[in-house]
Amino acid sequence: MNETIGIIFIFIGIVFDFFGCLGLLRLPDVYNRLQASTKCVTLGTCSILFGLFLIRGFTSTGIKALMCIVFVLLTAPVSAHALGRGAHRSGVKLWDNSTCDHYAEDKEIR
Amino acid sequence: MHRLFRWIIGFLILAIVTWVIFFVHLDSLLEWQSLLLKRSFLIFFMCSVFCLYRVLKGPTAADRAVAIDILGILIVGFCVILGVATRRDWYIDISIAWALQSFIATLALAKYLEGRNFDE
Repeated sequence: MNETIGIIFIFIGIVFDFFGCLGLLRLPDVYNRLQASTKCVTLGTCSILFGLFLIRGFTSTGIKALMCIVFVLLTAPVSAHALGRGAHRSGVKLWDNSTCDHYAEDKEIR
Repeated sequence: MHRLFRWIIGFLILAIVTWVIFFVHLDSLLEWQSLLLKRSFLIFFMCSVFCLYRVLKGPTAADRAVAIDILGILIVGFCVILGVATRRDWYIDISIAWALQSFIATLALAKYLEGRNFDE
């Protein structure tokens, strides 16, 4: 029973990964690609690791999977934020139809 | 000659994926679970092809850095699925180490994009 629920969780995570990579392929801008793919792929990988924890239970492998969930949830937004900030500072243009750019306005005020 | 070489590489990859999906039997699982894991290998293959396309064709350097970051998080999940499919527990150690080195590599790439030095 636990194994069945775990494999269903793993498949949900794989579907999230697929849509994240589709966003990485199809969206028009660096920032759009960054937000779509980072959120979807982080949640999908955490779902896969939680499925592994449900399959193995409270063994050493399951505890390692929980630790890896915490690590991925803490580090993936940090790396995505650093990449977006670096891209904006290196002068990558926004898409033509995008409406506002709050970070550039803040830099002008300072 | 060059184009022929590339076609041969593409057909080899397609043949390997087809063999994994249809002819490898994972005998430690039930039938539908084995089928689901084989389909998941195909979907992971497509995801990594998307990421590698963005690495090759990205207009700016930031696109390539984003694609490398996403590929690093994908490989963590792929190692976990390999561990479930083959019932070997040491794949989770590989995935933890890969998450760590992917995080550090992405931070270094972001610093490089900002145009500063590393020791600042």
